[in-house]
Amino acid sequence: MNTSLTPAEMARYARHIAIPEFGLQGQEKLKAGRVLVIGSGGLGSPVLLYLAAAGVGHIGIVDFDTVDDSNLQRQVLFTTEDVGKSKAETAKERLLALNPHLDIVVYKTRFTRENALDLVKDYDVVADGTDNFPTRYLVNDACVLAGKVNVYASIFQFEGQVSVFNYPLPDGSRGPNYRDMFPEPPPPGLVPNCAEGGVLGVLPGIIGSMQASEVIKVLTGVGEPLAGRLFLFDAASFTTRILKVQKSLDTKIEGLINYEQFCGIVSPDELRPVKEITVQELYDWQVQGADFQLIDVREPHEYATANLDGELIPLGSVSGAAHRILKDKKVVVHCRSGVRSAKAIRELEDQFGFENLYNLKGGILAWAKEVDASVPAV
Amino acid sequence: MAKIIIPTPLRKFTDNTSSFETSGNTVQEAIEQLAQAHSGLERHLFDDNRNIRSFIKVYLGEDDINSLEKGATAVASNAVISIVPAIAGGIN
Repeated sequence: MNTSLTPAEMARYARHIAIPEFGLQGQEKLKAGRVLVIGSGGLGSPVLLYLAAAGVGHIGIVDFDTVDDSNLQRQVLFTTEDVGKSKAETAKERLLALNPHLDIVVYKTRFTRENALDLVKDYDVVADGTDNFPTRYLVNDACVLAGKVNVYASIFQFEGQVSVFNYPLPDGSRGPNYRDMFPEPPPPGLVPNCAEGGVLGVLPGIIGSMQASEVIKVLTGVGEPLAGRLFLFDAASFTTRILKVQKSLDTKIEGLINYEQFCGIVSPDELRPVKEITVQELYDWQVQGADFQLIDVREPHEYATANLDGELIPLGSVSGAAHRILKDKKVVVHCRSGVRSAKAIRELEDQFGFENLYNLKGGILAWAKEVDASVPAV
Repeated sequence: MAKIIIPTPLRKFTDNTSSFETSGNTVQEAIEQLAQAHSGLERHLFDDNRNIRSFIKVYLGEDDINSLEKGATAVASNAVISIVPAIAGGIN
């Protein structure tokens, strides 16, 4: 493979080449480098932009998703015009506009245990920009099994984490991996998801840029990668900490497993069904002046953005507020998409014997789409 | 007094306070004091056998307490204890 730089590339990367410990050799290593970026969202956006700008020659992008309005607050690869388009395809277009000297391969698929090892095998480094625990454990295990370096970053609200896992050590062994740090995931529901918990839009920009920096260091051998250490950043207090990560004798990764099950995530098919009504039926009830109670189990900040005039009882406090929920008439429970409200209904039925609760199918998102477009779909 | 730094995901159980001062002499005592002050934290920090849950890492300074003496690790009066939870960044 020809990794020598053309005159156009020499001009483009002049500021890299000027760094004494980086030089022409570092730039040629970037050109020969192969990086798989899993997720092209909040973290993936800065990672991809900086790796492309830096001249990483071969970049793979794994993302099955399409661009949504609510992504644009932080996913700086995309513009308003891209809403509805494939993230991976749009990212490729944007990156080639930034740097045409690259080979970019798009995988419009979920990263699964069926395709994981096949996807990572052609790359030197994997950058984990995923957004859920099952995929994080899968990325980690696939990297360990395939002998790839996993440059990890994660964000929540104001807080970010960065580390370099499975880094080759001088004695031929590998540095700690994600499972040495966290042998098992938190139970579902402890850490709120993006929609509930939120994230400061600039945070993935900061953390993803650090992730890109670590990828570049791993590829070029310049500097000291963040292996065996975990970097923590709290944007709210502007505090940073670096903690030691050690290998655990208990960590054994012998093959890929069922990561949904490992993370305690039960698929909707396995849950007890609850009674449902559609948004059209709810609308009809309202128009007809039907006598029912409407409960909204989202968080207060979500309620403040858009609501259907329901009584606000966030999911976490629903049992404690059961006395506010009527038993002598129909009660419609809703959330953003219908998942939390179904959970609330099961909890109320199990603990208090309610039989009059109806889940609003598709939640406020369906209402915004099918009944009232003036309600923000957030 | 030693200080415990509370990570963002757990602050909903601590009225959004980000740190807690403790007089505990060991890490276990310090974390117990925190859980007593904020009862909602209890089930997130300890399992049924009062062990600190494995999806939460506890550090004394920059060291994982598992590489020291775990819960029995002595805490100096100027020590900083960090609770570090796994975060995934989105859906879980």
